[in-house]
Amino acid sequence: MLSFILRRLGTMALTMLCLTMIVFFLINLEPNLKKLAISQTEMHTSAEQLEDWLVNHGYRQNFFVRYGQWLGIMPKQPVTDPATGKPAQRFSFCNDPVVPTFSGVLQGDFGCSTKFKTTVASKLFPALGATGILMFWVLAVMVPISLLIGILAGMREGSRTDRTLSVASIASTATPEYVSGVIFTVIFASWLGILNGSAASASQGITFYNFTLPVMTLAIYGIGYIARMTRASMVEVMTQQYIRTARLKGLSFGSVVIKHALRNALIAPFTVIMLQFPWLLTGVVIVEVMFRYQGFGYTLVEAAGNNDIDLLLGCSLVSVFIVLITQLISDVGYAFLNPRIRVQ
Amino acid sequence: MQVEYISAFNIVLGVLARFWPVWVGLVIVMGASFLYKKKLALYGQLFDSGVGIVGVGICLFWLFTAIFASTVAPFDPLAQVPIMKDALPGAIEPASKLVYYFGGDKLARDVFSRMVYGSQIVLIIAPAATGFALMVGITLGLPAGYYGGKIDTVLSFLANLVLAFPVILLFYLLVTPGIMDTPIPYGLAGIFFLFPIIFFSVLFWTRYKNRPDRLYILLGLTLILGGWIYAGLVFDKDPLKIIHIDPNQLNIFVAVVFASSPGVFRIVRGLVMDIKTRDYVAAAQTRGESPWYIMLWEILPNARGPLIVDACLRIGYTTILLGTLGYFGLGLAPESPDWGTAIKDASRLLRSFIHPALPPTIALMSFVLGLNLLADSLREQSMKD
Repeated sequence: MLSFILRRLGTMALTMLCLTMIVFFLINLEPNLKKLAISQTEMHTSAEQLEDWLVNHGYRQNFFVRYGQWLGIMPKQPVTDPATGKPAQRFSFCNDPVVPTFSGVLQGDFGCSTKFKTTVASKLFPALGATGILMFWVLAVMVPISLLIGILAGMREGSRTDRTLSVASIASTATPEYVSGVIFTVIFASWLGILNGSAASASQGITFYNFTLPVMTLAIYGIGYIARMTRASMVEVMTQQYIRTARLKGLSFGSVVIKHALRNALIAPFTVIMLQFPWLLTGVVIVEVMFRYQGFGYTLVEAAGNNDIDLLLGCSLVSVFIVLITQLISDVGYAFLNPRIRVQ
Repeated sequence: MQVEYISAFNIVLGVLARFWPVWVGLVIVMGASFLYKKKLALYGQLFDSGVGIVGVGICLFWLFTAIFASTVAPFDPLAQVPIMKDALPGAIEPASKLVYYFGGDKLARDVFSRMVYGSQIVLIIAPAATGFALMVGITLGLPAGYYGGKIDTVLSFLANLVLAFPVILLFYLLVTPGIMDTPIPYGLAGIFFLFPIIFFSVLFWTRYKNRPDRLYILLGLTLILGGWIYAGLVFDKDPLKIIHIDPNQLNIFVAVVFASSPGVFRIVRGLVMDIKTRDYVAAAQTRGESPWYIMLWEILPNARGPLIVDACLRIGYTTILLGTLGYFGLGLAPESPDWGTAIKDASRLLRSFIHPALPPTIALMSFVLGLNLLADSLREQSMKD
């Protein structure tokens, strides 16, 4: 087991290295650097001045050198002030060092956000916290509801309850966040007026009034999928011999479902819920933009829209990490929950 | 000048009447399928369940809407009539006396016509991109599952690499306007569009190796047709000027194929690993058939059930992805009538007007729902066998 986890962690590190390198390459394409230079200098700057800005801020160094600097295996060089000829800070708002230092992701320095004029860490981590709160409520709503729907539907395969709930869960998987968000806003904010169509005020304090719509919108897409997986697993369990034995022993249907079927039926949904996280990431971006909630998704869109290199790299590192760690947890957890599976 | 309105009942009637070619098409196709359902194998079995009929009906509805868009839609999707800015549903356009059934949007365009024309964009890109993703996934998944070993390790690692990308980040990186100046989208397109040609060439080669009369015709057709489409799509150098794709549409296309082919790859690989242990594969190996013959003519036909179901679901998922792209304003032109862009434009103004937002959302939802229902009943029917 331990060697399995270690091997997986090794693969994970390699995957992250490759992915960040791809992201680094794509962000540093020539058109993107031009865009960054234009947005960072005053208006009507000539092409030479743009080039000077890029050279001065170290964007013209060798690709691998810069990637190494970001990673922390190459020393970050201070820039040379063109007026005095002395080493100067690259970005004054981030307290960059004036002597060459090893300062990258490995040392815990995520770099400097050119859009928000601050360090990436001070922007990214509060945003992650805000998204964490959103995710907590989404899971708190999504998991119980979807498990309940799945169990009720899978309990008696082919019954009317099963058919109704199955069609309902298919309908919910056909409703992406931007569709359900619009429909819910129209119903609950425009017509009924009982909920707030914007979650901008949620950063100050979460209330039922401003937080229900984002949570509902984000939960609805996942509910259908998890419910269908739970149903399939429940249907399979209900055909097993031990369920029939329990019924023949004279136990009531309710206690057979709760005592015998439920525990075995919930193994598969665990994996599905874990693998749902990467999907939730896309949903988070849509919902946070739609309801103006200042979290991770909002930061990612701002970073991508303004070509904020370090911030976008930080965002992708975090999201790739989340995807990989949930995969690992789902594998390990599955082996743990289901003793028949032996990890080799 | 005062704009006149028709009543809600007349709006419903008018919309139903505008869809007349769609109804005619639906009645003909559904009626014919119903009559001959015994002879239509899996497709015919769909008509045994209510879910299947609804699924087929919704998909055909949007298919016919896309085909007859110019007849169904009363206005040009880009035409602006200033007086109709933010007009409520049922407003009569003074000049032509035609009705804005679902009202006008903030740029005074007919919401109904835009919804109808939007179906064209979705129904061209989503199935085509899914088709290419299937080709890429199958061509790489077959050897990975069949040979295992090093090929499998390398290909699986690459697939997991792409799958570990959050989709939205991938799109922000791959579908920016700046990337059109670099050779990356064309390079990727060049690789992806090569796969169908390779697939069909190998397919025909393995089957008709010993029958040159058939082989040369089929191979020649594949290479000529494939090469022609390839030249038109990747280099935009179609000698006959028929096949043409806008650079930004090519970019979207490539990004969507890139994002969804690893998923197909994983499914195909899993199916192949399961099927290769069957007796008929062992029989073919004993006969001395070549590995690619076994993969393409023994394993692949027996994996078609799950693949068809997955293709249906995947078209729906690709539609959602296209909507996401439109919602973030990536790739598609800002005035494009596709549903995602329309939802983006309308959702910013929900506080003042809600009518431009509802038609595209419901259209997108119903199309994906139709595909999901179709996939669900296909899965149920293929399990019965």
